[in-house]
Amino acid sequence: MISFTPSEEQQLIIDTVRRYAVDRMRPAAYEADEKRVIPSEIIARGWDLGLLPSAIPEQYGGFGETHQALTGVLAAEELGYGDLSMALYLMTPNLFAIPILHFGTEDQKERWLPRLVEGGFAPYTAALIEPRWSFDPHTLHTVAEREGNIYEITGHKALVPLAADAQAFLVYARENDTTQAFIIERGTEGLAVLERESFMGIRALPTYELRLDDVHVPASCRLGGDQGIDIDALMNYSRVALAALAVGVARGAFEYARDYAKQREAFGKPIAQNQAIAFMLAEMAIEIEAARLMTYEAAWHLDKGHNATQSASLAKAYADEMVLMVTDRAVQILGGHGYIREHPVERWLRNGRGFSTFLGLAMV
Amino acid sequence: MIDFEIPTPIKRQVQFITMLGEQVMRPVARYYDEHEMERPWDYINLIWPTIRDRGGRSFSVEDGKEDKEGKPRPRIGYLMLAHVVEALSWGDAGLYLCTPGSALGGAAVDATGTPEQKERFLKRFGEGEPKWAAMAMTEPHCGSDTAAIRTTARLSEDGKEWILNGEKIFVTGGLMAAKESRGFVVVWATVDPSAGRAGIKPFVVEAGTPGMTVTKLEHKHGIRVSDTAAIVFNDCRIPYDNILGSPEIVKGDTEHKGFKGAMKTFDATRPLVAASALGIARAALEFTASYLKERGVKVRYGIAPHLQTAVERDLIHMEMQHRAAWLLVLKAVTKMDAGEENALDASMAKVKAGQVATYVSQKAVELLGPEGYSCKLLVEKWMRDARINDIYEGTGQINRLIVARRLLGYTSRELR
Repeated sequence: MISFTPSEEQQLIIDTVRRYAVDRMRPAAYEADEKRVIPSEIIARGWDLGLLPSAIPEQYGGFGETHQALTGVLAAEELGYGDLSMALYLMTPNLFAIPILHFGTEDQKERWLPRLVEGGFAPYTAALIEPRWSFDPHTLHTVAEREGNIYEITGHKALVPLAADAQAFLVYARENDTTQAFIIERGTEGLAVLERESFMGIRALPTYELRLDDVHVPASCRLGGDQGIDIDALMNYSRVALAALAVGVARGAFEYARDYAKQREAFGKPIAQNQAIAFMLAEMAIEIEAARLMTYEAAWHLDKGHNATQSASLAKAYADEMVLMVTDRAVQILGGHGYIREHPVERWLRNGRGFSTFLGLAMV
Repeated sequence: MIDFEIPTPIKRQVQFITMLGEQVMRPVARYYDEHEMERPWDYINLIWPTIRDRGGRSFSVEDGKEDKEGKPRPRIGYLMLAHVVEALSWGDAGLYLCTPGSALGGAAVDATGTPEQKERFLKRFGEGEPKWAAMAMTEPHCGSDTAAIRTTARLSEDGKEWILNGEKIFVTGGLMAAKESRGFVVVWATVDPSAGRAGIKPFVVEAGTPGMTVTKLEHKHGIRVSDTAAIVFNDCRIPYDNILGSPEIVKGDTEHKGFKGAMKTFDATRPLVAASALGIARAALEFTASYLKERGVKVRYGIAPHLQTAVERDLIHMEMQHRAAWLLVLKAVTKMDAGEENALDASMAKVKAGQVATYVSQKAVELLGPEGYSCKLLVEKWMRDARINDIYEGTGQINRLIVARRLLGYTSRELR
């Protein structure tokens, strides 16, 4: 039966993550962006929320709950509301864990999942995106070729979060006409982590380019063994995660602009009392709510086992457009102050612009 | 628990109406667009028994009953209604507006009437010949600014009757409600012009009441089969009991008391107008997508943006906008059913749906080129039909104002 009200359990997750976002992430976000570093204490606290472990079954070291994309998006919105760099940092191990959880062989699950969830935050990551304007997860330029029991992988990756510290990478590559994923451990010959990248936004998140020159891995490292993976199914988990993060970022920008407009006076009254400002705020709120509902719906389809590519793609496309519109207007409502880094809205615009290129950078 | 499962009775109802739309409404849609003063009796007579058997409440389901285990079933009346209105409008929005039943007038009685009044005024829709009810708010000098209403209602000397004087325009279905059936018109009039909003009250005027005259029928851009009437009240006398709710004027609390009835009515009707808008938009979207598909243009979801064709991108954009608006409608009616405050959701849904229906239907004409612009197809008609939805039941601007006031915590005086 249709309902838009979170269950008690879902509400508890929302409230818990929101408290962390407001108390821990928000106060540190400015400095993290300026200095391009996130205090490890914040990540440790975030890891204590137990978001990933609660998505991993007990037999693999988790809390025994089934993986729910819907729970994931509820948490992701709050994390995005806190700070996008920190949210992506904290969610990086998901990029390794969720594909293994859904497509890994029994051996792969038993080998890797406990390492991810037992103990503290562990930097496991994935390399999907490639440094090309026409990047497409279905036609990767990184290539995997099988020779006997060995895969030879060659290619160039970008936007690999936490690569410098990662214990292992899930590297996506083109094998014949499909996209497949390979678990590659740190230190494997031919795998080089290049310099840290610099982008317009998400500046506190350490991301790196990755070069693979004839990297040899045993066939047992191919995710899912002979079955392999369904890249679209995995992209759907990424699409809803990013859409939810975008909703969180936008909500932050909306609230900030709303509060500013109520307090800032011009011509003897708060600027929010002008329709030109008030209507912008109304439209921002409507778009945020619509994007949120589309995200919920797509996540619900995923959890129901429906084909979610259509709804997840639409939610993602909608959220991409929405977050840019909302953060851009927040800057406009603050006027000159919106352009000054002292206020967070220009950062949110820089972060918001990235969503259309972030496919694969987050998963729930 | 967040859930998107639509209850089975609603799915079945939508299937039934879709069939009705395909077989009964679509084939005559063009005819009635070109013969705007004709009554679509075939459609009316066909649908009336279904409506009548449901007590005139346009397909609503029995609420509040218990299921097999004795647990009360959740109310899904407005959720059902939104789906019904959407599906009928998918068939044809003009014909949908000609659907007999309590409609907007009934919504006002529902929102503001006493139990006795609801029984007295709404019972007729469950029996006899087809009937209509309409709502008369707009006047020649004021539309959105409803507080400026000049139609007056004064008590007769013996206190037994109200005497109405004034002119109402743009009354949807006004001719059918006031003259051509045993229906009624809910007229918003002031009992005290000096009291502003607090003085404005809803009155039920029965069809055929002396002093009520339909003076003009408008020729419109779209929804042409639905009549839009001007109605003049000239010393029109109605029984004292036909005032809906309380006749008392509560001065000094204009935000919450005097106008509450009208606003409450809108909370129920705005999501339904939004649903109607999206029914038209879906018709345009589905038609355009399948027309293009037959000609080799297929929408691929989940492909990289640089591989999409311009047409594909447009179609995906239309679909995503449509879906977003529809989810806002579902949320607004779900809250209505749960008895939760939904004024913000109702206006949000109305803003979005009005805009989306306009955009989608105009884009459909563009995508189909000369075919889209031609009267051979219904696409150009859908564009004209859709356009009203960003105007009636509160323009997009008025609803933005309502959304903004709620978000900012401003009264209508603080944000004008």
